[in-house]
Amino acid sequence: MPTRTLSRYADLPALIGLLTGDEKHQAAAVSTLDVLWVLYDRILDVTPETADHPDRDRFLLSKGHGPAAYYAILAAKGFIDVGELRRWGEFDSPLGHHPDRTLVPGVEIGSGSLGHGLGLGVGTALGLRAQGRTGPRVVVLLGDAELDEGSNHEAVAAAARMGLDSLTTVVVDNQSASLGWPGGIGDRFAREGWAARTVNGRDHGALHDALTAPHPGRPLAVVARVAPKE
Amino acid sequence: MTVLAPETTTVQRMREAFADTVNARLDTDPRLAVVLADISADLFARAASRHPGRVVNVGIREQLMMGVAGGMALTGMRPVVHTYAPFLVERAFEQIKLDLGHQGVGAVLASVGASYDGSGMGRTHMAPGDVALFDTLPGWTVHVPGHAAEARRLLGPALDGDDRVYLRLSTRGNAAARPVGQGMVVIRAGSRRALGTVVAVGPVLDRVLAATEGLDVTVAYLATVRPFDRAGLNRIAAAAAHADVMIVEPYLRGTSAHEIAEALADRRHRQLGLGVTRDREVRGYGAPEDHDRAHGLDAEGIAASARGFFLA
Repeated sequence: MPTRTLSRYADLPALIGLLTGDEKHQAAAVSTLDVLWVLYDRILDVTPETADHPDRDRFLLSKGHGPAAYYAILAAKGFIDVGELRRWGEFDSPLGHHPDRTLVPGVEIGSGSLGHGLGLGVGTALGLRAQGRTGPRVVVLLGDAELDEGSNHEAVAAAARMGLDSLTTVVVDNQSASLGWPGGIGDRFAREGWAARTVNGRDHGALHDALTAPHPGRPLAVVARVAPKE
Repeated sequence: MTVLAPETTTVQRMREAFADTVNARLDTDPRLAVVLADISADLFARAASRHPGRVVNVGIREQLMMGVAGGMALTGMRPVVHTYAPFLVERAFEQIKLDLGHQGVGAVLASVGASYDGSGMGRTHMAPGDVALFDTLPGWTVHVPGHAAEARRLLGPALDGDDRVYLRLSTRGNAAARPVGQGMVVIRAGSRRALGTVVAVGPVLDRVLAATEGLDVTVAYLATVRPFDRAGLNRIAAAAAHADVMIVEPYLRGTSAHEIAEALADRRHRQLGLGVTRDREVRGYGAPEDHDRAHGLDAEGIAASARGFFLA
């Protein structure tokens, strides 16, 4: 069965290779690879069959740059055809260098311009809460440099004061913010009232624990640290 | 050609008409949500206690306000986003472009302040460029009512829909409500030898009527400027002896020039657009009427432009 042949973590380099040409080396270096895998493999309650269900978990890739790992995992999990990966970036391909939610099944937001995902995530969490849908989680993935955008800080402050405990922000920290975050990224969230956890962004067990330990009444921030960008 | 008489007048202001309509609908439509950034929060305080999850005040955070609207719309809700015009449209314009349009979702954006309703507050509270900005984005309906009753009538269908709607509320307006929601309507028909057509958008109608009295032109009214009623203008302009068109818009001068050019592409015509000056910043406070004069949008200024254009 073709859908089962490329569905494991070990298959991700090959899938990313379909997008990028070859480069198993580059695949392993993708900063978001492990956190995305843990989310889709063990955390998020969403499948291709439930991709439009109102009670699905939502994953919002705010950091739309470098979506190769994202597309590879969507293919591994059956949201998109593996064959589509080869046409990445072509005019009529649904897969661009930034994702478009209207073109790709399972993609919750179109992103690319930094600093939009967290506000959309707060709105999604508020919309679900207003409809009494207390089950679904809303997980937003940002990069540490993306946190430079002031729009994030509007969302960080408001989300905690609104007690949005269905909201999780994952910040993949490869220390690429030009002016840095002295004192650490987790501290910014904690000061605003979030439950903040900083873990090794390559450690699947640690990521899983950080993403699943309870945080009642507060939104959750998981800072996933990975090696600095080369 | 038929001439439409004014409807019953009311003294209610547009902002209150907007709040009343939305408050009433919050009680009956579970899909409806209001997103605020402090401005007008008092008008929705009672609804906020009745429907706490559906009246969201994010504080003075306009980027978040628009992002929240986009996120709520993604869950199937119908957000109404409201604040002062420059903060609603200009401050977080990329959020309007990306968090609504690019996501393929809609919302009703309702502004107050218009071009210079808050003239005493100066340039920071003026937004003459708002309609021109929406003109850069596909899929927006733009309403510019000239009366509270018109605002109410335009808002109803907007709340029912799931498209992208901008409702530009103003403290300025006309003594009487006119027909809206049906394209361009003739208010005063010229003769068969009419020199052309004057299109009045929203709150400027009464000034246009006063300014063109005694001039053989057809005066038409338009409260929904996007999509622009090209067919209606073509029909009205064709009925006059000359297809020349002067449009008076209460926002940036010439905002609809390209629409008129398209509407009349099949016939020789001249056109003139009046509106808020583009070439300089008017650093004045005072009353809105002072700014009307500065931009040639008072009845006298409009009359002078009309004579110059049609009698040239």
